[in-house]
Amino acid sequence: METVKTQDITCNDFSWNIEYRPERCTMCGSCVATCTFNAIEAVMERRSITVSTGYQPEPAQRHSAMPVIKQKKTVANACVGCGMCEKVCPNQAIQPVRNEDNRFNLLARAGGSPLKRGGRTNLSADRVLDKIVVGRISQMTDPSLDSERHSFDALAPFGRVLLPGELPFAVQDGNLQLTAKTPPVSWIYPVVFSDMSVGALSTRAWEAIAIATAYLNEKCNMPVRMCSGEGGMPVKLLKSEHLKYMIIQIASGHFGWNRIIKAMPHMITDPAGILIKIGQGAKPGDGGLLPAAKVAEHIQAIRGVPKADLLSPPNHQGLYSIEESVQKMHMSLNAAFKFRVPVAIKCAASATSVSVYNNLLRDPYYICGGFFLDGIQGGTGAANEVSLDHTGHPIVSKLRECYMAAVKQGRQGQIPLWAGGGIGMTGNAAADAFKMICLGANGVFMAKILPQLLGCIGNEHGRCNACNTGYCPTGICTQDPRLVKRLDIDKGAQAIVDYMLAFDQELKKLMAPIGNSSLPVGRSDALVTTDRAVADKLAIQYSC
Amino acid sequence: MCRIGAIKSKHYFHPSQALRLMIPQQEGHDNSGFAMVIQDLGGVFERFKDKPLMSLACTQKGANMVENYMEARGFTALFEWVPSITKAPGLDIKAMPHYIFQVYDYPEHFRNSTKEAKEDLLLDTRLALRAMLEKEDQGFIYSFWPDVLTLKEIGDPRDIAVYFRLWDDTGDMIAKNIVVQCRQNTNYEIVRYAAHPFFIQGYTLCANGENTFYTKNKEYQRSLNRGYIGFESDSQNFLYTLHYVLRSLKWPIKYYKHVITPLPFEEIGKRPDKDVLTLIRQTLGHLEINGPNTIISMLPDGSMLTCCDSKKLRPVIIGGDEDTMAISSEVCGLNTILPNRNRELDLYPGEREVVVITPELEVQRWKQ
Repeated sequence: METVKTQDITCNDFSWNIEYRPERCTMCGSCVATCTFNAIEAVMERRSITVSTGYQPEPAQRHSAMPVIKQKKTVANACVGCGMCEKVCPNQAIQPVRNEDNRFNLLARAGGSPLKRGGRTNLSADRVLDKIVVGRISQMTDPSLDSERHSFDALAPFGRVLLPGELPFAVQDGNLQLTAKTPPVSWIYPVVFSDMSVGALSTRAWEAIAIATAYLNEKCNMPVRMCSGEGGMPVKLLKSEHLKYMIIQIASGHFGWNRIIKAMPHMITDPAGILIKIGQGAKPGDGGLLPAAKVAEHIQAIRGVPKADLLSPPNHQGLYSIEESVQKMHMSLNAAFKFRVPVAIKCAASATSVSVYNNLLRDPYYICGGFFLDGIQGGTGAANEVSLDHTGHPIVSKLRECYMAAVKQGRQGQIPLWAGGGIGMTGNAAADAFKMICLGANGVFMAKILPQLLGCIGNEHGRCNACNTGYCPTGICTQDPRLVKRLDIDKGAQAIVDYMLAFDQELKKLMAPIGNSSLPVGRSDALVTTDRAVADKLAIQYSC
Repeated sequence: MCRIGAIKSKHYFHPSQALRLMIPQQEGHDNSGFAMVIQDLGGVFERFKDKPLMSLACTQKGANMVENYMEARGFTALFEWVPSITKAPGLDIKAMPHYIFQVYDYPEHFRNSTKEAKEDLLLDTRLALRAMLEKEDQGFIYSFWPDVLTLKEIGDPRDIAVYFRLWDDTGDMIAKNIVVQCRQNTNYEIVRYAAHPFFIQGYTLCANGENTFYTKNKEYQRSLNRGYIGFESDSQNFLYTLHYVLRSLKWPIKYYKHVITPLPFEEIGKRPDKDVLTLIRQTLGHLEINGPNTIISMLPDGSMLTCCDSKKLRPVIIGGDEDTMAISSEVCGLNTILPNRNRELDLYPGEREVVVITPELEVQRWKQ
């Protein structure tokens, strides 16, 4: 009996196998040169081949040493299924295929380190939003609107909204006059391009999203805002007119704020807002993580740090309560821009979200300008897989609970609710957004779909998800200049713009049949579900 | 579609005028009920203008419950008017056993109270009676307010009129203002409380159409005032918002339209009062209405108001002469009761317009 070592690793232990057709391969080497994970190599193999070269079949078998492309057997070089080899191969000779019988989870923790990766949860991909449909369509009771001809007012508030009795109005000569300053509120498109930092994204990918944002605002009349993420911003942008489209994020690591503060005296316009990040749906309880592999020189410069793993602490140091956070952080950031710029807060959805929201609603200074609630299906550039797959909270019911908590107090809309985490996960972001709005969201934020529009091929079934490695094969999540060159940022920005134009049309296509010309925030009566449990939990109509 | 209307006159007139305004507007199988709120009463009620008048439809047990309640709270019954009834066979009406229109005097300890305190007492009393009657299913209380009478019934308006002898002008029940509706109830189980006009603390309103922001309006209004209850109809939202804007917030009347159908942001941005309008829109976003609607309302001082949804998806017309003005869903009703008016002066307000007929019968018209 042949001796075999049990612990030997084969390609069959990996999540992805290379399917290679030597008869199609011309050994051009493109696939090997393209694979950023170094998962394949050109090797010589002794092979048995049968050849017939004459006019009549005269098959002859021989053994011969031949060059072939072969998958590497080392865990560090495991194929992630990105498919760049297939994309580059001129002859369709190679492609990755999913391997259901893999043992990768058992092998990959060798060395005693937790598994790290990017992307979204691969376990909780079940979608409640797909069990809900817009079921209250105007049929004879009242006219449906014409989505092509009617005008729609699809804007959402960003900033602290006062109760009617709190408005500083006085009646003079039959007119209401404003007698005092009110908190700043911007009415923006109900989609915020969510916070992905320069660092998590390549500078070029980040730039592509910023270009798309500016284009949507200036050419398409869609006031979409983009959040910087916790990694600072290019100084040139901080000092430009386009800053007005940007929401600057501050998180527990305060990365990039040195430059932001230094740029403040030179800002020629206010930013669209400030977003205090407390937590992230993909990895609640964990701070941001930028592996050293991605901390290139320009990232070090923007963030003011040396090349090292950059870990934002899991919480904001020095803050131990909601009240304190409002009093200190909200107040100082409001004051920084002289109370002209709305300051919002982003938390990971959690069993405690309603308590947090209720507490914020009692904010006595009127300085909390938005509650961004991020669900478990949100994405990340780097996290421990155990956090990604096993921590977090579904967003739909949590958003609904927060909204209904506000309803109970008559405070709905006071601190605008923005929901995210998996919006557009199936590619249908407008439907997702519309349903979330009907359930009480003022707007949604979405992030992962943006790199996907740029060309990211990662998915929720373990494909690629290598955003943390610095080897992103699409040039989106890496700082390697050779890889970044793969990304055409103009085409990328155009893809985002096109998607948002379609999004806008689709949003209208959903508003029109329910007879609404402005956003149906809290119009839960417009939704139905065939799932009894979903109906009960969300207080929407059950139908079958 | 509900047909709605209102008549306002310098002289007392009989409710049969309201029927004559409404019946020509009937189309197909609508008109499944009849309801009206009349204000500034003459006839038998003229002596009691400052005393609260209760409008009640109930069982004998319900009547006793109300009597006991009012007595226990110190209200003194001053005058009761029971309409004469014709119980002819074949009438399409689902009548209640008793219709009581009872004038009370305030309890002793309230007689020197402020107007606001008295008005709150009347609201609380109506709410308590409603809860009591509802709990035992013994009847309906529609209004309890000085100089205001409400009648609501299910059935064919003609037959309801025969039943209550509304065609016969005996001089008993006459008034200077009537808001009226012949209703078709599509969305909700037919209950009397779902019939417009609705009334709260001197504000009366009826609307035809569909308020597609019913749920969000309702969820917000519930927390604004203890009197904002019921919600049997999506048109109650309009009334509660009117009451809230004018009575609670004490804003000038022109802002009502800005609350229910705010201007598009783009237009707000071009206006000199953009700061105020933006704040109104963002703070009262949950009171915005949507869908096709026309509103006819009567205010505590007897003014009448009408306006439409932001796309003008439901009709309304205003016309009249020096003595009488009327508002109506359709012109045919107006033609019946005011055939000799100058039709060139008829108004067909647009989606941005508000028309108010003042107590002096002056017609004010402005754009939002």
